[in-house]
Amino acid sequence: MKMQEKNISANNFEQCIKCTVCTVYCPVVPVNPLYPGPKQAGPDGERLRLKKGLFFDNTLKYCLNCKRCEVACPSGVRIGDIIQSARIKYSTDAPKLRDMILANTDFMGSVVTKVAPVANFALGLKPTKVVMDAVLKVDKHRTFPKYATKTFESWYKKNVMSFQESFKRHVSYFHGCYVNYNYPQLGKDLVSVMNALGYGVHLLENEKCCGTALIANCMIDKAKKNAEHNIASIRKSVYERQMPVIGASSSCNFTIRDEYPHLLGVDNSDVRDYIELGTRFIYRLIDEGKVKLVFKKDYKAKIAYHTPCHMEKLGWGIFSTELLRMIPGVDLTILDSNCCGIAGTYGFKKENYEVSQAIGKPLFEQIEKLRPDFVACDCETCKWQIEMSTSKEVKNPISILAEALDLVATSEANK
Amino acid sequence: MRFDTIIIGGGLAGLVCGIKLQKAGQKCAIVSAGQSAMHFSSGTFDLLGRLPDGTEVESPLEAMASLPAEHPYSVLGVEKVAEYAAQAKEFFAECGIKVNGDASRNSWRVTPTGERKAAWLTLGDFTPPASREEKIGNKALIINILGYLDFNTKFLADSFEKQGTECRIASIKLEEMERLRKNPSEMRSTNIARVMDRDGIWEKTADQIKTLIKGEDIVVLPAVFGLKDASVVEKLREAIGIKTMFVATMPPSVPGIRTQMTLKSEFEKAGGRFFLGDTVTESTADEKGQIRNISTVNFNDIRMEADNFVLATGSFFSKGLIATPDKIYEPVFGIDLTYNEGRENWFNTNFWKKQNYISFGARVDADLNASIDGNKISNLYAIGSVTGGTNALYEGCGGGVAIITALAAADRILEKK
Repeated sequence: MKMQEKNISANNFEQCIKCTVCTVYCPVVPVNPLYPGPKQAGPDGERLRLKKGLFFDNTLKYCLNCKRCEVACPSGVRIGDIIQSARIKYSTDAPKLRDMILANTDFMGSVVTKVAPVANFALGLKPTKVVMDAVLKVDKHRTFPKYATKTFESWYKKNVMSFQESFKRHVSYFHGCYVNYNYPQLGKDLVSVMNALGYGVHLLENEKCCGTALIANCMIDKAKKNAEHNIASIRKSVYERQMPVIGASSSCNFTIRDEYPHLLGVDNSDVRDYIELGTRFIYRLIDEGKVKLVFKKDYKAKIAYHTPCHMEKLGWGIFSTELLRMIPGVDLTILDSNCCGIAGTYGFKKENYEVSQAIGKPLFEQIEKLRPDFVACDCETCKWQIEMSTSKEVKNPISILAEALDLVATSEANK
Repeated sequence: MRFDTIIIGGGLAGLVCGIKLQKAGQKCAIVSAGQSAMHFSSGTFDLLGRLPDGTEVESPLEAMASLPAEHPYSVLGVEKVAEYAAQAKEFFAECGIKVNGDASRNSWRVTPTGERKAAWLTLGDFTPPASREEKIGNKALIINILGYLDFNTKFLADSFEKQGTECRIASIKLEEMERLRKNPSEMRSTNIARVMDRDGIWEKTADQIKTLIKGEDIVVLPAVFGLKDASVVEKLREAIGIKTMFVATMPPSVPGIRTQMTLKSEFEKAGGRFFLGDTVTESTADEKGQIRNISTVNFNDIRMEADNFVLATGSFFSKGLIATPDKIYEPVFGIDLTYNEGRENWFNTNFWKKQNYISFGARVDADLNASIDGNKISNLYAIGSVTGGTNALYEGCGGGVAIITALAAADRILEKK
């Protein structure tokens, strides 16, 4: 009998049986009728695009790249990858100046941190927002995350680098642009937690932006360059220094592990298993009985955990939430699985603002109704969105650990 | 990560089993590779509609005695099946899902094409006729929502008219729905339901329907109401004022998705851990053949351990069974299957005829334990449509097999303690 026994497409395209389950879970479809939906934009459209690229439809840009369609698909089709690959291959829209500003997080960060007080002041001013809205089409409701006056890397080098070698065990830390330029505190928290567990924390050689925002804005050449550079640095860390790599941002992690090979064609197969979120790394150590956590006696918090879309795709929310559950005095609620709507740079764009807020609405309402002390979340852009759209602060699980742990007693216990 | 029981498969069988175990105090995990076939549910669960020889079944419990020995009902024993069938209704009620129906007598649901099929438990949305021939009313008004393509009013009218019901077809147009109509491929049941569920919209819908009624004694509507909860269905029924019958649409199924979501949240509320979008990659057994742990794509080197494992992975569609040109196998544990060797025995080239491959699946014993190379694995259970010995499509028993084997396996696991 003559038959094709194995898949020959990159994204399991042949496995789509047109069951429509993906369309049920797309956050965009219910709020934006211009978007053709994951089935049409993905495998259905791909059938036509394989014949001729002119069948490419520009409305694919409305895809959030949240991958919820892939999580829902019973047949293992990489629907989100099909859509993003099509954008990369066929889109003729050149990135606008606005997109370049939003996507070049490391370039912007390195320039702006030098003049942070002025920049933060200016970016927060109403006239600036009005001009950015009108000229750049960055929605006026958005506030850029504040820039730090000193980057995480410079803090690290000045304050903690000198004694990291003194630990018995070691990890490298992929901090990402957000920690470096906007919120070094999260990086500091990670260093204190890992140090307390007996691990020295090291920087990668010349870390570059992971490229999540570059991919979303179709700036593929730069994304690929960054990816190749980062994978080379990670390879050095893993194989020359025997240090696995941890991070605290679900999207950076997801991009390095899955988008590099799937969308950028950068092979990471020899190091992929050594890149993970800090919460997963710590959970494993506890599971194997290799470390002990000693918590403060008086820590108390009512926490609502939001699972970022890329965390849903990674399937690692469990490690962050199980760690939070270990803290005595924590009352934890897992919020319903609902995209917050920001999707990185997507929600910053004027044309997406309303869609973005409509997507997140059920989440915001649930948070306000629940009235937690704060929200826990492993993604920085979800943090901006939730903090802008609700009355609650958002903390990374690593920062919550740093707060709840008795760091001195934990260090003693792991000597 | 340690659990008492790990269930592989998050559809009807996996969820029912998981909820029962979790509520009994166990710590359970469900690993589900994508969403389940509940998304295509008719809104009813069948128990037994037809015997393998084609005889139509009126009373499922009575007819079960004539099923072949390898049928899961026969394997469990008819008495046990009756016991679990009686438990099922209560089980759903405790989960907040209203079902009607009786295992001693089938009712007849109306399919999206107007056919009738035997039904056991029916979600509160539906009011299935008591027999194949029963008229739904004297004059029916069949209403669609303008632009919605997955509800075929003409098919329904043709079939109702055969039974002597006079039919008229009409459609309603809602301003709020016009946004959806801009995108014909996404004017689907779930998106319509999201609009319909909003306050103010179903009232408008009811008002429009009332103005369309001209002497009819029954209104027929697509089942596109109540994605989050069923309350809007009741409210609409009340507002319309005359007998209202909801008919299942082409997929996705709004009542099915609602049921799936309700069961999943019931499982999680009870403390269960549900891993969606993850796939089991391998398992480890000890020297006695007992399954000790599994690995998944997302967990990778972090093993998931448990005392008991339940395989609820479904049939070919859900990849619980895999067919290659020369063999059929179960991909997670490689358990023993009942199936005919030789590809030519798998299918009938007449698509509409009974297809043998549907009856292939896990070979289980009275404890619902699976076996590997002929050796019973006493901590591995197979439930739902991955089990073999029945052509669920032909016999009309998929829902019943899922629910009853799930409840039975949970009992077997709990009895061990």
